[in-house]
Amino acid sequence: MLKLHDVTKEFRVGAFGGRRVAAVKGVTFEVVPGEVVSLIGESGSGKSTIGRMILGLNPVTSGSITFDGLPVKPGKEYYRRVQGIFQDPFSSFNPVFKADRVFAMIKETYHASVPAPQWAERVEAALRDVRLNPGQVLGKYPHQLSGGQLQRLLIARALLLDIKLLVADEITSMLDASTRIDVLNLLAELKARGLSVLYITHDLSLGNYLAERTVVLRKGGVVEMGPTGSVFGDPLHPYTRELLSAVPRLHEPWDDAVPVETCLYHRKGGSGGLYEATPGHFVACARLETC
Amino acid sequence: MSLQVSELKVYYRTLKGDVRALDGMTFGLRDGEILGLVGESGCGKSTLGKSLIRMDGRMRHVGGTVVLDGRELPIGDDRAMNEVRFREVSLIPQYAMSALNPTRKLRRMITELLRSRGATPDLEELERRMSQVGLPREVLDRYPIELSGGMKQRMVMVISTLLDPSLLIADEVTSALDVSTQKAVARALLGFRESGYVKSMIFVTHDLALTHHIADTIMVMYAGKLAEKAPADVIVKAPRHPYTKLLLDSLPEVGVRYADRRLEGIAGSPPSLLNPPTGCRFRDRCPIAGEQCAEEPPVAELAPDHHVACWKA
Ligand SMILES: Nc1ncnc2c1ncn2[C@@H]1O[C@H](COP(=O)(O)OP(=O)(O)OP(=O)(O)O)[C@@H](O)[C@H]1O
Ligand SMILES: Nc1ncnc2c1ncn2[C@@H]1O[C@H](COP(=O)(O)OP(=O)(O)O)[C@@H](O)[C@H]1O
Ligand code: SF4
Ligand SMILES: [Mg+2]
Ligand SMILES: [Mg+2]
Repeated sequence: MLKLHDVTKEFRVGAFGGRRVAAVKGVTFEVVPGEVVSLIGESGSGKSTIGRMILGLNPVTSGSITFDGLPVKPGKEYYRRVQGIFQDPFSSFNPVFKADRVFAMIKETYHASVPAPQWAERVEAALRDVRLNPGQVLGKYPHQLSGGQLQRLLIARALLLDIKLLVADEITSMLDASTRIDVLNLLAELKARGLSVLYITHDLSLGNYLAERTVVLRKGGVVEMGPTGSVFGDPLHPYTRELLSAVPRLHEPWDDAVPVETCLYHRKGGSGGLYEATPGHFVACARLETC
Repeated sequence: MSLQVSELKVYYRTLKGDVRALDGMTFGLRDGEILGLVGESGCGKSTLGKSLIRMDGRMRHVGGTVVLDGRELPIGDDRAMNEVRFREVSLIPQYAMSALNPTRKLRRMITELLRSRGATPDLEELERRMSQVGLPREVLDRYPIELSGGMKQRMVMVISTLLDPSLLIADEVTSALDVSTQKAVARALLGFRESGYVKSMIFVTHDLALTHHIADTIMVMYAGKLAEKAPADVIVKAPRHPYTKLLLDSLPEVGVRYADRRLEGIAGSPPSLLNPPTGCRFRDRCPIAGEQCAEEPPVAELAPDHHVACWKA
């Protein structure tokens, strides 16, 4: 359904855009219908940039992104099927619109023929799905809502569109543990009904809870990807291991020792490509820069 | 006691009436203590942070006092608070990362900011502190948009503590960061306390596991009130409030998968703070609620430093 092929993105920075920064480097992966893929990586690794390119908000520098075989084409038709929710909910909402207005706009643009009472019911149902009390949030301006309330409002808005693919960029990062689990369970139910989700997160335990497949990104490139169980259960790349060790756990101290491991695959893997260690489980050379 | 908050009530004025976001909070913070503040979204954590530093136009100080280092803070008086802000109390707001002025390079932005506070910029000290959190000095010659989330967050941390405030409130500063950056930022905060840049700290988060690693004490809030407060270990290992227990149960650990074991959130949602119910505010979600719970439970000190507001704790 969604295919990224050798996607690269460069930004121009500095005076007169004289310097180029590669934010995404040769990324290839796919999301099939009804699948949750989690995209994991540290801050600045290019996760959001990939999300924005999928949504057509940033053009790719090279490579291709296709949805159902067609190149990404931003516009009403595309956004009927693909929606994104981003990290910072405060910047996603127009501060002068109340929550009601946000939903009314969705109706005008995408569901003009739905009768008003029925639409109101749908809005309420979507709000309850994300555990928001309609009376508590409708009629308020964005700055009158807490971060978590706003983020759930965005999820509800996306749900009203009958989309096929949701690009969810750190949508649960501002939610408390209980609401977060509710939202994740909700995504899992939607997935069972056929929705695909690209779940961008830095929270490994959440990605692990939900996703069939995991893509680990570092400095714009994929270092490891495969079935979630094997990537987390048997991480091959030292970076994946480092991430796993940094996860704060309740009853264990933060373990510090991150041994610098020797590269296991640089000989077998060849020149910079991904090496298929077990079926579907790919890993990059850990010492690419040096060996 | 570095900070003593007593019976603090702060409401938001709206057309429909008052939203009672803080409804009688009492707690203290010792010198050098890091207090982790957790609780469901909308329970009033950010409101507490804002109350101690700057109320927005709709916030109203309805009652109670805040005493910092022996001096009562004029929290309801925006102008009187000017001399306290930044120097005595500093806040790193939620989404601080997107609050950096995008049109200025950081060096200029910081200089202007400090001047506006009547302080002389000490660039050497600034660079020293930046290197302490792993930021190269070249960062000063960049625009905020050119930094990654983790870099911006550390930059904001350094800026907000440059005048060595007594109390730092960090609101969800690690929530948007990946685990390794999160760890680095959390450690940097601990380092700030060690170096004496800040005396004590309120660390707002929804991540109980993370709080457990950096806080001395954890305070759990529910619907504008204190539910439980105790040393971090006690909250995690021997919580007494039903809400704290359910919160701990809903934590996913690495290894738990939806397909194998379905975690449950806490059923229901927090009450509206516009007309909050009487009695215990957790009552309609509490698995062990009883008749007595129609009365509001007082905050009781069940063991030294272990405060709980529940009839059945
Ligand atoms: N508009 C832009 N101009 C210049 N550089 C940019 C721009 N947007 C992103 N970058 C750079 O691209 C890289 C990837 O950024 P991106 O925001 O996609 O990372 P991320 O993985 O989402 O990180 P975070 O978790 O911090 O949000 C970073 O080095 C960032 O500085
Ligand atoms: N400016 C405002 N006007 C009216 N209500 C507000 C305003 N800001 C926050 N609230 C309400 O106050 C409550 C607490 O908000 P907040 O302190 O932001 O929660 P938290 O940070 O714990 O998520 C929420 O119910 C929220 O909707
Ligand atoms: S006071 Fe009653 S309702 Fe409230 S938490 Fe305790 S048992 Fe539950
Ligand atoms: Mg991002
Ligand atoms: Mg908040």
